[in-house]
Amino acid sequence: MDILERIKEQVESNSVVLYMKGTPQIPQCGFSSRTAEALKSCGHEFAYVNVLMDPEVFENLPKFADWPTFPQLYINGELVGGCDITLELHEKGELQKMVSEAVAQQS
Amino acid sequence: MTIQANIEAKITDALQPEYLEVANESHMHNVPPGSESHFKVTVVTTEFDGKMLVARHRILNQLLKDELNGPVHALSLNTLTPEEWQEKNGEVRKSPPCLGGSKAGK
Repeated sequence: MDILERIKEQVESNSVVLYMKGTPQIPQCGFSSRTAEALKSCGHEFAYVNVLMDPEVFENLPKFADWPTFPQLYINGELVGGCDITLELHEKGELQKMVSEAVAQQS
Repeated sequence: MTIQANIEAKITDALQPEYLEVANESHMHNVPPGSESHFKVTVVTTEFDGKMLVARHRILNQLLKDELNGPVHALSLNTLTPEEWQEKNGEVRKSPPCLGGSKAGK
């Protein structure tokens, strides 16, 4: 499967997916770590892709949504943003709402 | 021109910010002394009025495309309108400590 197709499938088949450096348990970058923490605090399971373990995704994800940096958070197939945006939404209480709604829609 | 000065010039030209701070935070990361790899940028401009955060970040990512494709490894963005800046009393979030993974990147 073409890599951009594979990414498309990942973001469409998971209501919440985080592309990050490392894992939520062992993040390898401060920005990924904070983003994962914000997501965890929403209290729902979420999918993640460790871009350090998947060179193809690492190389091509920036092209996919025309977004040059990691981490990248997708909800319902749409790019929400990176660390700064996720934290900002979290501080405003909006992240929790977006995640809960996305999870509810899927189930 | 340093990368830092270059970033400042590009943003100033394009967005006429009321406030702009470009901080080189490379020293907080796993890179040689004097590096210009990790930046935190705070931009306050009326150009952001009515725009979602993603759109604001996209403007800056686009402006700094060459830097991001080259020497700049991390870019933390605080993008505010003058009203939002006032509400926050000019406070921005501190950047996270490095967890060592940067060498695996570029």
